[in-house]
Amino acid sequence: MTTVQTVVTVAVIALGTMLTRFAPFLVLRSRELPPWVAYLGKTLPCAVMGLLVVYCLKNVDLTSHPFGIPELASVAVVAALHVWKRSTLLSIAGGTALYMLLIRLV
Amino acid sequence: MHKKAIRAAFRSTIPVLTGYAFLGLAYGVLMSGAGHPFWLTLLVSLFVYAGSMQYAAVSVLAAPFNPVGVLVLTLMINARHLFYGVSMLREYRAAGKYAPYLIFSLTDETFSVNISACVPDGVPRPVFYFWTSALDQLYWVAASVLGALAGNLITFDTTGIDFVMTALFVSIVTGQWLDSKEHRPALAGICGSLVCLAVFGADDFILPAMAVIVLALLAMRRPIERKEAENA
Repeated sequence: MTTVQTVVTVAVIALGTMLTRFAPFLVLRSRELPPWVAYLGKTLPCAVMGLLVVYCLKNVDLTSHPFGIPELASVAVVAALHVWKRSTLLSIAGGTALYMLLIRLV
Repeated sequence: MHKKAIRAAFRSTIPVLTGYAFLGLAYGVLMSGAGHPFWLTLLVSLFVYAGSMQYAAVSVLAAPFNPVGVLVLTLMINARHLFYGVSMLREYRAAGKYAPYLIFSLTDETFSVNISACVPDGVPRPVFYFWTSALDQLYWVAASVLGALAGNLITFDTTGIDFVMTALFVSIVTGQWLDSKEHRPALAGICGSLVCLAVFGADDFILPAMAVIVLALLAMRRPIERKEAENA
């Protein structure tokens, strides 16, 4: 690609990304939110976090060694630490340390 | 006001700082390894600012010019942002002059921090959101440029540190679960995504999962709103 084509490509990627971020706000710019959109606005935050977790783990292979053990064990430890102490930093540090250890050991 | 907001925003974004530091560095290394000049890394991190798309764009930028294909690819990879916008509609529409930047910078991680944050007393929510968003982008831009310029100087093994992002999301799911009596939306998100992952595979499951989640939520609207009215 020439430099101009490179910059145009970056602009297209930026435009596409912005479309996905601004679309809900542009579509519903000045109107009162329809009740079903307001309902989605309340329920989607929990649902989309579940999607994000699955998205992070999508390439884990359960059928061959190490059978997803580092990922699943570390996720369980993050959740358990969080139930116990409710400290985001502790949960993340504990789970990540365990993960980095497990991928080197298992 | 801004001082207090910056301090609170920094505390809330420490997990993102860790994750972006390493993922941003790795991105910069990847870009310079692919032969891209460092100003291109800076340009992309400033104006695209979307982690997974930027990783995909490393090879896109080395391929023949194809703007239409690139646009379609971008929309597909980033379609999940639509959900963040819908979730933030009320809060961000009320954010006045901060709204455009808040919407521009709505990454997975910034969304996660802002949807789950405890905003301190005396700090307007839009100001807090602005600083979490700006700090997150600062971490990302700084790390990716550093990676592009000097990434090959890192010699210790950081494999697995990117798990901080997964851990951040898991801790937020757990917190949401503990804070809410209504678990059906979370279950719809997790189960719908897992089923679509099994059916469509890792590369193609996001769009079907989004459709399944919206349909499941709309199908459960009546019982969920009834339960909410009972608890109110």
